[in-house]
Amino acid sequence: MAETHSLQDLQQPTASSKVFVQRDYGSGTISKFHTKFPSELEPRIDKQQFEETIQTLNNLYAEAEKLGGKSYLEGCLACITAYTIFLCMETHYEKVLKKIARYIKDQNEKIYAPRGLLLTDPIERGLRVVEITIFEERSIGSGR
Amino acid sequence: MMKNCEYQQIDPRALSVLPQSAQNTTEKTVQRSRRKWEVFPGKNRFFCDGRIILPSQSGVLPLTLGLIVVTCGLFFAFDCPFLVKHLTVFIPVIGGALFVFVVFSLLRTSFTDPGILPRATPDEAADIEKQIDTSGSSTYRPPPRTKEILINQQVVKLKYCFTCKMFRPPRTSHCSLCDNCVERFDHHCPWVGNCVGKRNYRFFYSFIISLSFLTSFIFGCVITHITLRSQEGKSLVQSIQESPASVVELVICFFSIWSILGLSGFHTYLIASNLTTNEDIKGSWSSKRCAEESGNPYSYNSIITNCCATLCGPMPPSLIDRRGFLSLDEAIPAVSASEIELPPFTVKSDAHMCTQSTKDMLERMVHSYDVHGLCPPATPKTTPLDLEVSGPAAASSEPSLSAGCLPQDARQPVAPPCPPFSRSNKRRDSLHSINPAFRLASPSPSLSRTTFILGDAPDNGFIPLP
Repeated sequence: MAETHSLQDLQQPTASSKVFVQRDYGSGTISKFHTKFPSELEPRIDKQQFEETIQTLNNLYAEAEKLGGKSYLEGCLACITAYTIFLCMETHYEKVLKKIARYIKDQNEKIYAPRGLLLTDPIERGLRVVEITIFEERSIGSGR
Repeated sequence: MMKNCEYQQIDPRALSVLPQSAQNTTEKTVQRSRRKWEVFPGKNRFFCDGRIILPSQSGVLPLTLGLIVVTCGLFFAFDCPFLVKHLTVFIPVIGGALFVFVVFSLLRTSFTDPGILPRATPDEAADIEKQIDTSGSSTYRPPPRTKEILINQQVVKLKYCFTCKMFRPPRTSHCSLCDNCVERFDHHCPWVGNCVGKRNYRFFYSFIISLSFLTSFIFGCVITHITLRSQEGKSLVQSIQESPASVVELVICFFSIWSILGLSGFHTYLIASNLTTNEDIKGSWSSKRCAEESGNPYSYNSIITNCCATLCGPMPPSLIDRRGFLSLDEAIPAVSASEIELPPFTVKSDAHMCTQSTKDMLERMVHSYDVHGLCPPATPKTTPLDLEVSGPAAASSEPSLSAGCLPQDARQPVAPPCPPFSRSNKRRDSLHSINPAFRLASPSPSLSRTTFILGDAPDNGFIPLP
């Protein structure tokens, strides 16, 4: 049977599955993800590399949600100004979320995309999961 | 996975739509981007292009506002002139400041996203399904799923939400009125016309505290007013006759004070112990159940820390990203047809179909990622019929507080038609009454997606092609 795939089809990687890293609620309701290495990623990436990524994400979220002098000050200032201050100022949380987005993009470009993986920013999934898409290269001449 | 082919996942009636949808694909690329609030599956209305969010049923919010405005209006009109003359000019100043603060807090509570959790994407839902061991046939509905986890050495049960297709995080509850899972769900307050949850609890608290002050202040001032009048040689009855508005204010304030002060006290207690109304009413962490002194795993065991954490803690962002744009390449992944005909727990994807749709979606995602940066797929849209099966999940979301918040019947009918805001308003920020249920019912082009198309629920929020 003649191959009828276009050249583009042959070259483009095809997504085949997704892996979801769930939230770790062991410390309460703070945003934290399990660092356990999913078995589906074993052939693709280093366990340590993956755990480092997740741990960094956890640390960034902890920074965003940290209770301390700075966050209390921000909260009190907001209350005094009847929360109008947020019309002109970004909250600390939002600043850290941007940092997280940059980090994920960076990780994708440097580490995950070359291995045919894609990390999705958890904020796009309501901070429920870290979604990792596994792309599989469509092998040429597999139908013959 | 291949063994789970028993469920009809493609609606045959929808297949006839597909050839047209394929044609419409190319046309769609030149149409305007849609914002995510336009396809939001919960029962909410959005205004100002997604900046303001309200549940579809506003409860008695107009009444609350009306009572506050009328009472204060009467106070400023009838009592203040006398009191300014006899006492001090600061009385209307303080009254005015309190009034502004109360109204502002009320509006902020009503119009803020309480902490709605977006529903699980189909892939997530399928993944969760895979992880749960179910051996039942299609005719048997298993008991509600729970998952036990350990939080600070305390066992906590996470329940599965059939509507949102995910295990609810701790302290999250599904509100049947809003049809959303809300984080740190406290209660659905009809007076405020919104759920009270993680993101707007501080506004709600400042509303009830400031309202307590306002009602007490007005009550005190009115009493002073009538007393001063009757001291000028007139009888009490005569004084009242001269200022009948004061009696109206007295009556309103008298009845409000009991409930509002009680509510304020109750919520102060909840904040100090880091509890929600939901947990308190269900007795989740009551000492009778737990051997330890403080069974609450979320408490910081310090009143000040608990208060600061709840009221002054970092303001979490809205997770539903109302104003984000849907990628033009993404169709709305319509809900599986099996969800209407069969119990919702039976969403078991046919392996090939799932792979096909995932593959298509991700190809587009990769393309979008390369060009635009990450564009998330659209939030899945669920049918209003899901309400019927979210009963068990919703049962936990109806705590009633006799002091201030009236219990809501979980089986209230779907929202009445939205007020007819004109679409011809030329201003960019014109009010849009957006209840997807009432939009034009042209089926959404599903591009190359071959699965999960609803054919028989035309009011299910398909994107109409302008």
